Amino acid sequence: MNKMQNEKLAKQLMKKSKTARYERFGKAISLLALLLIMVIVIGIIIFVASKGLSTFFKDHVKLSEFFGGTLWNPGTTTPDGKQSVGALPMIVGSFLVTLLAAVVATPFAIGTAVYMTEISPKRGAKILQPVTELLVGIPSVVYGFIGLSVVVPFVRHVFGGSGFGILSGTFVLFVMILPTIVSMTVDSLKSVPGYYRQASLALGATQWQTIFKVVLRAATPGILTAIVFGMARAFGEALAVQMVIGNAALMPHNLVSPASTLTSVLTAGMGNTVMGSLENDALWSLALVLLAMSLFFNLLVHFIGRKGAFKK
Amino acid sequence: MKDTQLQSKIAIGILKGIAFSVVLILAFLIGYIFVTGLPNISWGFLTRPARAFQAGGGIGIQLFNSFYLLILAMLISIPIALGAAVYLNEYAKDNLFTSIIRTSIEILSSLPSVVVGLFGFLLFVIQFGYGFSILSGALTLTIFNLPLLTRNIEESLSSVSDDQRQGGLGLGLSKFETIVHIVIPAALPGIISGVILCSGRVFGEAAALIYTAGQSAPALNFADWNPFNIDSPLSPLRPAETLAVHIWKINSEGIMPDLSQVSSGSSAVLVLAILIFNLSARYIGKKIFEKMTSEI
Repeated sequence: MNKMQNEKLAKQLMKKSKTARYERFGKAISLLALLLIMVIVIGIIIFVASKGLSTFFKDHVKLSEFFGGTLWNPGTTTPDGKQSVGALPMIVGSFLVTLLAAVVATPFAIGTAVYMTEISPKRGAKILQPVTELLVGIPSVVYGFIGLSVVVPFVRHVFGGSGFGILSGTFVLFVMILPTIVSMTVDSLKSVPGYYRQASLALGATQWQTIFKVVLRAATPGILTAIVFGMARAFGEALAVQMVIGNAALMPHNLVSPASTLTSVLTAGMGNTVMGSLENDALWSLALVLLAMSLFFNLLVHFIGRKGAFKK
Repeated sequence: MKDTQLQSKIAIGILKGIAFSVVLILAFLIGYIFVTGLPNISWGFLTRPARAFQAGGGIGIQLFNSFYLLILAMLISIPIALGAAVYLNEYAKDNLFTSIIRTSIEILSSLPSVVVGLFGFLLFVIQFGYGFSILSGALTLTIFNLPLLTRNIEESLSSVSDDQRQGGLGLGLSKFETIVHIVIPAALPGIISGVILCSGRVFGEAAALIYTAGQSAPALNFADWNPFNIDSPLSPLRPAETLAVHIWKINSEGIMPDLSQVSSGSSAVLVLAILIFNLSARYIGKKIFEKMTSEI
């Protein structure tokens, strides 16, 4: 009898308690959710890569033809008998709108951020903060619609041409990436310690000299990160650009001739091709370029972050 | 001496001008959307089905689809994001595994939404055979939504003070019990405002949906709420063009005579909905702040 009781007690003590099991269950469930996200990321990269690479492995298109060719009409051949899957016009288009939008947006964004943190923090918090948050919230199709009904006619009127083209895309993207760059620049300006400013002012520097030579210098890595984030957003933006750029897969001759970007060709073309055909594979290769650029921007942000951290 | 002061004045004047011009840009955008859009909004416009060739179409089905997709996507993504955020904030140690996971969440959040949409197309529409449907759309929106939602929830979890956790553990609760009964309830207002903010983003998303939820809005029978009938509003396997997709679609290939009225009205409805999402998130955020500062 006593022995049996002892055995029972021993069993009870050796077994995990209900709480401990609950604890393990909870931890496992939350880990599972996290792993699911990681699996999705890996899945996206593998799926898009395997689809995108089949242009080169299955259809035997040379890398130089894809990245150097200027004739995009998948399914047909060029006069010299090669597949016409030259993606250069779209790649140039994407880089051009991204760089131009970043070049236009950066001075505006830094100016606004400096105003918000250095010149008038009160008004900055009261007016400009909600303004940038609202601008972030406006969906890209609405930007596209405004681009189509305001920017395109404006460009047509002032610069000639049809109005569709790189310039209209730049204007639309400029407004779209502005709030991203502003809010991240504000964060990096705010993280510059106050005694930097006081020291500079105490040395007799004017407010502008303090801002330009001290605060902006100290915040440079953060500002660069902000610009890269803005460029990443511009590079991946699809619908707003697609609505104003004209969608002609031609090398852009000037800023007001119809052009196209990787995203615009993808959105316009994916529905009209058959899975597994060369036309379709070529589109997936464009998606792969897009994915690779997005990873590159990520890497750049990490790199800048580490460089910036070294300095301090 | 004078020169530098003049230079400073001029430079700061220019900065003020730049900040002012940014406000002007927003004022113009909002003004344009509402001035051209609001006159086109009426009860009929909000409830009628769209018309492809004649004037007088509405956005009833698109509006319903947008909300239905939003709710489904949120139902799927909130539990996953909550679990992931709990692990990251409460359990994860500072090691290689954690930094790999954090990097992959960053990668997911910076992926262009069109790439997410194409992945959804490949996996859900073709591989799983769901076709262009609400289900494919909701699952794709979940992927689109997860990284940001996880980050928002993690932030609100990390703002809960450690005293609360120690209190729970001190009373003999296990770590997970502490999280479920103490940390999550304390972080709930922040979580809710994060969820609402993400809802605004999901509501306006179109690029991820074009090839997953489809670009057509077949007529619905609003008397039939059996999800297994294909023309029921609740059917998860019907194609469902959302409001954002509708704006894109009619502007790129629409031929109805009142195209500009329909698109400006739809844009105004979309922006209005997102404004409401943002303002309510801000309001809830303010409420928590008041509660926190008056209680502690």
